[in-house]
Amino acid sequence: MEKRVVFDNRWLPYLLVAPQLLVTFVFFFWPAGQAIYQSAFIPDPFGLKTQFVGFGNFEYLFGNRYYRESFLTTAVFSVLVTISAMSFALWLAVLADRVIKGSSAYRTLLIWPYAVAPAIAGVLWLFMFNPFTGIIAWMLSQMGYVWNHNLDGGQAMALVVAASAWKQISYNFLFFLAGLQAIPKSVIEAAAIDGASFWRRFWTIVFPLLSPTTFFLLVVNIIYAFFDTFGVIHTITQGGPQQSTTILVYKVFADGFVGQDLGSSAAQSVVLLVLVGILTVVQFRFIERRVHY
Amino acid sequence: MAEIKLEAIRKSYGRTEVIHGIDAEISDGEFIVIVGPSGCGKSTLLRMVAGLETITSGDIHIGDRVVNKLEPRERDIAMVFQNYALYPHMSVFDNMAYGLKIANVPKPEIASRVAEAARMLELEPYLDRKPRQLSGGQRQRVAMGRAIVRKPAVFLFDEPLSNLDAKLRVQMRLEIKALQRKLGVTALYVTHDQVEAMTLADRMIVMNAGVAEQVGAPLDVYANPATLFVAGFIGSPPMNVLSHDVRPGRGPLDAGAVIGIRPEHIDLAAPGTGLLDADVAFCEPLGAETLVHCVTAAGDKIVVRIDGEVSLPADGSRVGLAIDPARILAFNAEGKRTAD
Repeated sequence: MEKRVVFDNRWLPYLLVAPQLLVTFVFFFWPAGQAIYQSAFIPDPFGLKTQFVGFGNFEYLFGNRYYRESFLTTAVFSVLVTISAMSFALWLAVLADRVIKGSSAYRTLLIWPYAVAPAIAGVLWLFMFNPFTGIIAWMLSQMGYVWNHNLDGGQAMALVVAASAWKQISYNFLFFLAGLQAIPKSVIEAAAIDGASFWRRFWTIVFPLLSPTTFFLLVVNIIYAFFDTFGVIHTITQGGPQQSTTILVYKVFADGFVGQDLGSSAAQSVVLLVLVGILTVVQFRFIERRVHY
Repeated sequence: MAEIKLEAIRKSYGRTEVIHGIDAEISDGEFIVIVGPSGCGKSTLLRMVAGLETITSGDIHIGDRVVNKLEPRERDIAMVFQNYALYPHMSVFDNMAYGLKIANVPKPEIASRVAEAARMLELEPYLDRKPRQLSGGQRQRVAMGRAIVRKPAVFLFDEPLSNLDAKLRVQMRLEIKALQRKLGVTALYVTHDQVEAMTLADRMIVMNAGVAEQVGAPLDVYANPATLFVAGFIGSPPMNVLSHDVRPGRGPLDAGAVIGIRPEHIDLAAPGTGLLDADVAFCEPLGAETLVHCVTAAGDKIVVRIDGEVSLPADGSRVGLAIDPARILAFNAEGKRTAD
């Protein structure tokens, strides 16, 4: 039966939803509207007047080699972050699921990195990998490997991927562990009696039954890699060297606030807006059909 | 096909011992039911045979091998679980074929063995369905099919019927029995339901608190329970237990000792003509039979089972209870059966 609350006062319901609407409007719709509006203008270098250019900013963007490269960088970065964060988390969850003694201690410890702010996580990794003072950089040099992510784009990418993935592993771990524990034990036992080894059981029974969790995390991780890794990149590489770690969301900042090209920055925000919209649609469509076995 | 031998099986969780040394020999093709109240260790015992629980001490032989250290898959067994434990993401066909695929059985043989099992279990129309599209009874059959296609040496059943409704349970009980007879596979079946135990078993193991109280053919166990627990657990309504001897010419019982009389071994008679008199508290007519609940002058409650077509005694009326003294079983203070 549908439960419906009837208010006597006409204005009370509006008053009650007003705070939420206000927050949504001020922090979401207004900035998004501003971005769309500004993407159609170019301000002059002193910010005194603006000139309407229509889709000019977008035309310039997609004609720009650096922007197209940034797309590729973002793709590489988010694929690496998603795959490494998810596979590590799944591995840890499988191990934690088998632990009987002290499992809650393991779980608590594994959740901690999620509580670390992205910028702090970035600084932590930066300290470890600082080419001159970092302990891991020093260890690598002892083994004859020269680590300098300020010069080597590949190393820079590896470092920001590691730091970003490290932070997200906790979140993925929680979901994977819950997913694993939701699989009836007797199904696993039945497979064991049917003759399947641990790995065979994992790939033929456990992994397919985890697929709703896996798909959910896939979308969440991609969105994370796209948007929430700004702090990590800003503290570790500032997008360098030579733009090798400039992902789209970092380029918005770099072009807008460092380069002072507000029109282009706004246009890039709009592009990201569209991207996150598509990802959200994919996620919602999936959640509607959550069970697929 | 194989014999199973259990030798002094013990199981402890930490310092708590839950199974206190069980011995049993099960011959090839025999249907053994392990019956007992919940928490008596019967499922744990079965899971030890399956290899899903470690054995603290003792030996389990299947065929001519000691299987204590073997993985479940090396024991040549198949198990049917209480909740069926079907693979939810696989079709009925794939559920049944899973074990065969792992054993690298060639595809045509997998198809023919699954088809044969499906025919036997009347699952042919459902081979493409997923488990969630099946009813409880059909799922139960798929679980059985998954067990039989592998042609194991031993079937293990862990309360396979307890998730079904009463009618389906009776039907599946018969099917399981028929199937086991047909295949001739040794079966070990765990249940808390004494009716299932009585009807299915060639022999049954009555367990209580981690101990096998009695092993024997159902009717033997029923007629000659070795302990007071078995007397009370097997049979419904349970055996009447009196703390004083009602047989003519007998003195009082030792402290703690009791006598037991099955409800069907008591007949209603005119007051004063039976071994003792009692007042009728109420009657439960069940159709084929009627259970008459009586209270003796000493306050003992006695249930009498009489023919359903006999007219019912009025509540509160006094009746005599006619009992053949030879039918009365005596138990000592430890609950063990004594000669008289």
